[in-house]
Amino acid sequence: MTTTTLPDPEPAAPLLRVRDLAMTFPGRRRSAPVRAVDGVGFDLAAGETLGLVGESGCGKSTTGRMIVRLLEPTAGSVEYDGRPIAHLSQRALKPLRREIQMVFQDPHSSLNPRQTVARIIADPLLVQGSSAAEARKRAVELMELVGLIPEHADRRPHEFSGGQAQRIGIARALATGPRLVVADEPVSALDVSVQAQIVNLMERLQAELGLAYLFIAHDLSVVKRVCDRVAVMYLGRIVEIGAKDRVYGTPAHPYTRALLSAVPLPDPAAERARERITLLGDPPSPAAPPPGCTFHPRCPKAQAVCRAEAPVLRPLAAGEPREVACHFPEQD
Amino acid sequence: MAGPAPLLSVRDLGVTFATPRGPVRAVDSLSFDVPHGRTLGIVGESGSGKSVTSLAVMGLHTGAEVTGSVALDGRELVGLPDRELNRLRGRRMAMIFQDPLSSLHPYYTVGEQIAEHHRVHFGTRRAVARARAVEALAEVGIPEPGRRAGEYPHQFSGGMRQRVMIAMALVCEPDLLIADEPTTALDVTVQAQILDLLARLQQERRLSVVMITHDLGVVARVAHEVLVMYGGRAAEQAPVEALFASPAHPYTRGLLDSLPRLDDPDDVPLRAIPGSPPSLLDPAPGCAFAPRCARAAAGTEEERARCATERPALGGAGGPEAAGGGGVPGAPGVSGAPGVLGGHTAACHFAAFPAVAAHEGTTAP
Repeated sequence: MTTTTLPDPEPAAPLLRVRDLAMTFPGRRRSAPVRAVDGVGFDLAAGETLGLVGESGCGKSTTGRMIVRLLEPTAGSVEYDGRPIAHLSQRALKPLRREIQMVFQDPHSSLNPRQTVARIIADPLLVQGSSAAEARKRAVELMELVGLIPEHADRRPHEFSGGQAQRIGIARALATGPRLVVADEPVSALDVSVQAQIVNLMERLQAELGLAYLFIAHDLSVVKRVCDRVAVMYLGRIVEIGAKDRVYGTPAHPYTRALLSAVPLPDPAAERARERITLLGDPPSPAAPPPGCTFHPRCPKAQAVCRAEAPVLRPLAAGEPREVACHFPEQD
Repeated sequence: MAGPAPLLSVRDLGVTFATPRGPVRAVDSLSFDVPHGRTLGIVGESGSGKSVTSLAVMGLHTGAEVTGSVALDGRELVGLPDRELNRLRGRRMAMIFQDPLSSLHPYYTVGEQIAEHHRVHFGTRRAVARARAVEALAEVGIPEPGRRAGEYPHQFSGGMRQRVMIAMALVCEPDLLIADEPTTALDVTVQAQILDLLARLQQERRLSVVMITHDLGVVARVAHEVLVMYGGRAAEQAPVEALFASPAHPYTRGLLDSLPRLDDPDDVPLRAIPGSPPSLLDPAPGCAFAPRCARAAAGTEEERARCATERPALGGAGGPEAAGGGGVPGAPGVSGAPGVLGGHTAACHFAAFPAVAAHEGTTAP
């Protein structure tokens, strides 16, 4: 094994390669600028699912929006299929929009209430130059693919429940035949009994169409179900990234440990038997990040070095694809 | 061994809203008890009636028709004039909500808001009330309470705001706290802090808590007894261990099966419940869950017809008449009324109760 910082497991280039991605929003009036994302890097292979988890304000949604280029990064690079896309013009991006699509959290607010379902789903095709008849035919096929009744093609979004509306959002995202779908909290606005339907649908579509997902969510149980690999974010940075089984099974970063132990289990006996790590305080503001490791004010293991020096993301052990940004990672 | 009378006793509660599209019966035939020092978890999805229930207990519905009985420490609250309700609200029973920012006044400091509460109910002087407010902030774990009492709600983080709400709810030392999705808007690490805080306060003050949530994990963690609501009615009621170990209602079972779990060993596809929660505008005559129910779908034609046309009553292991304490030997028999805490009841024609003997161990108080 060579000791490069970024291991290249496959000879083929990943579908998505993100390096040192950063987004700084200017501060309002006299307040300081906000570094929402601060040096995020990861690879995503074709057909793979990477989960991006973290608490509110950790920069996970901003990262997703930069990858679909709803936002232009202030620094860093995004390569899709070997092509740099971080700073392409909107015109140059247009053909790429076929390949990279997004599913949003709130299905109803992301659908135009005045359009019919067929028109909503056909929209990306019309933008890409399909004829109206062709686009409609495809929209009806897509409705069937995502489990909607094709006869409902001329209804409007308010006639659908939350779960059905999310199916419409998914059908729209799939209209142009993308290879990468960025899903930002796709099930968190849905009722518990409906979430599993959408999770199963997304898994089936991935298997049938060979999609790669960047799955952004705060619900660690859902992420564990759908992802191959997981990246845990804290205050704009990835603190731990690796195969799902490793990250969930033997979390190495103290934040990952605390996060996992804070999720209540739907099992009273297991809940009582659990050893819980309760963190003190709230996540700090990205406008005024603490010096050194940004997690140190809440970290049960923090030492002097943690207050002075920011840890870099590096492999937990030689040859292990899991990377951790901590001076004192937990070893198995 | 009937224990002491429960603090809160709800019988046959109904809440109906008049809407332009006809009356909506948001809560129907709901009965439950909350004993002193215990937590009842009310679980349900959007539209299940769980929040409407909590507002009805607090007497906060204006323009809705509330029927049935809500008794706090033996005193009937339904139909009580506002003047008298105002004396109880905040004093004997208090409520916290999902979004603390919209429940706090932006123009007053948090200290003033908590102190006002104390002055209104106890007629204390300003200085005394303010001192009580600072004490209350300290008790809910807000650092530097003296200084923080002089700050405004926007200067607090989400978790700290929820602590402020808890301080305000508890400053008059109520007996009952209703918490409506108190941690839903919070991050999971902050949620853990707030649940720990509520557990500590409950223990110190022998507080009775009604915890309303859609999160079965939260219920498993905090509740002693659980009421599962669906379509405005009770689907199942049970002690927390019994509910999770042997859910009797197909809806409860379906919910538990469809949930992705952190401690699942392998990744089999989730067993999703088909369809969506029902609309209350035009309720079906039979069981509200029947159109989505795996048990009904697997039944004979005759059984399916029964689910579609006949509304199931809440019943215990031995049928409807055995509901409550009566059906389960060894359970604390509170009274003969259906759906009373202590027993395991479900509103399903084909409820799958475990054998009584196996059940007994889990319901012992």
